[in-house]
Amino acid sequence: MIKKVPMRDGYGKALLELIEKNSRVIALDADVAKSTRTVWVRDKFPSNFIDVGIAEQDLAGTAAGLALGGMLPFTSTYGVFMAGRAWDQIRTTICYNRLNVKIAGAHAGISVGPDGATHQALEDVAIMRVLPHMTVVVPCDAEETRKATLAIAAVDGPCYIRFGREAVPVVTDESTPFELGKARVCREGDDVSIIANGAMLYEALEAAKILSADGIEATVINLHTVKPLDVETIVGSARRTGCVVTAEEHQIAGGMGSAVAECLSMNYPVPIEFVGVQDTFGESGQPQELMDAYGLNAATIVERAKKVLGRKKSA
Amino acid sequence: MDSKNLRAMCRTVRRDIVTMIHKAKSGHPGGSLSATEIMVGLYFGGIINVDPKNPDWIERDRFILSKGHVAPVLYSVLARRGFFSVDELSTLRQMGSILQGHPHKDHTPGLDCSAGSLGQGLSITNGIALAFKKLGTPQRVYCLMGDGELQEGQIWEAVMFAAQNKLDNVCAIVDFNHVQLDGTIEEIKNLDNLPARWLDFGWNVIEVDGHNVDAVIDAYKLAATVKGRPTVLIAHTVKGKGVSFMENDSNWHGNAPNDEQLAQALEEIGGDGDD
Repeated sequence: MIKKVPMRDGYGKALLELIEKNSRVIALDADVAKSTRTVWVRDKFPSNFIDVGIAEQDLAGTAAGLALGGMLPFTSTYGVFMAGRAWDQIRTTICYNRLNVKIAGAHAGISVGPDGATHQALEDVAIMRVLPHMTVVVPCDAEETRKATLAIAAVDGPCYIRFGREAVPVVTDESTPFELGKARVCREGDDVSIIANGAMLYEALEAAKILSADGIEATVINLHTVKPLDVETIVGSARRTGCVVTAEEHQIAGGMGSAVAECLSMNYPVPIEFVGVQDTFGESGQPQELMDAYGLNAATIVERAKKVLGRKKSA
Repeated sequence: MDSKNLRAMCRTVRRDIVTMIHKAKSGHPGGSLSATEIMVGLYFGGIINVDPKNPDWIERDRFILSKGHVAPVLYSVLARRGFFSVDELSTLRQMGSILQGHPHKDHTPGLDCSAGSLGQGLSITNGIALAFKKLGTPQRVYCLMGDGELQEGQIWEAVMFAAQNKLDNVCAIVDFNHVQLDGTIEEIKNLDNLPARWLDFGWNVIEVDGHNVDAVIDAYKLAATVKGRPTVLIAHTVKGKGVSFMENDSNWHGNAPNDEQLAQALEEIGGDGDD
């Protein structure tokens, strides 16, 4: 049985590591500190923690001010409220001024589960990646969330990091390389490229095993950094395999798959199929039940891979 | 700067405002004219600690313009303080100008942040003030808001934050001119008992005649003596102050004067010697 850990644990751990080395790191929350794990900062480094209360716009603005005053703020709340409710503040204050604010969207994706559609961020990657100067990262597990959090702290400028609520399979370890802006090739194959991020990376790796049993060899790419996009790795893989499937726990419209499609249509057009939420809201349910119902699983990736292979052959 | 020179500077700034908006053929004269004494008092009354020769000086006080559309009054004051050449004022709102229609810090020396989407400035101010507290530095942070802007919910989120965190290094100013774009505050969303609202939220409140520059300066000085609470100056002002046909008229919130109107405005404002 593969070990499962919530990605937010990696976020909380990284914040503690950062604060140990840099007293200017401030974790801000909007009344969900237990959920986002910033409560670990509150308990261990209370002077590096600020709870603004239920006020996401003020959260973004206060963080902007802290950055202007020389601190390194991390804002944390649910992805829907962070990216959505505070979008104008993130756009016009944080991004326009290129402020060094790190923005964490927790509880992202449909796997939030029973809370239902109001709390399931399925649009956040789209609305964050359109902002000039913004870096967007979607790590695949708790360990990569830890590394990604450390990595965005080292970048000067606004960054959005997105992670989920549920315990998800740990597919990387301490020794797995992580470089912001550099996609990681997890598995090589000549037939089809599967580009995934977040919790869908595990599903992509499972799909590759199933495809292999059918004699189809897939390249699997962990595209943890949606912006800036690793054009070289994406185009290189498309040249090798000639067809692509993207997989993400997000709306198909505007997300990572769209970024890949923009890149390939400009540089090396090949058939692409998308796995993601298809222009609909989520609903209440158990996380795995929802992932299956909305086609966010290995079986759907296998099905789309076969479909895109067919399109490649008939092209 | 003595009282007479401060009043002369207010006339200079008012002339700059109407002249630059006339040249640009767009902009917001009403709220710029109402905030003139507030801004001249801050920058010429020995209140804000800044160095025009070194605009990014780390130990400077900060000013956050929350009602970004009154950029002309800020640009004029910054130019007159020597942050950049007064000649730049005639480039307002033009392509390639250092003076954007709404402020952007990377374009203009002396600006601490961008502004334009209303309701955000007080949160930013609080964040800077909190950073100064955490770093143990004595600087103060000033924030100018419009009265119509207080209709934005984020302002009240920030009002609560500043009181909760005892940010006594924050000095907010409300330009209480009673007129917004679509009409009067009273018609659209009333701010009855405005001082009491701020008091109830835990702030120190100072009411001041916003067109008496000496009184404005005294209010800033008084605010700096208050510990444990943030202070708001509620500045009672007249929208379009100093130009008779612009006063109290929401049509002059965001309109440019034509040649004839400019000539009349300049005559009414008067020159350096007119006191």
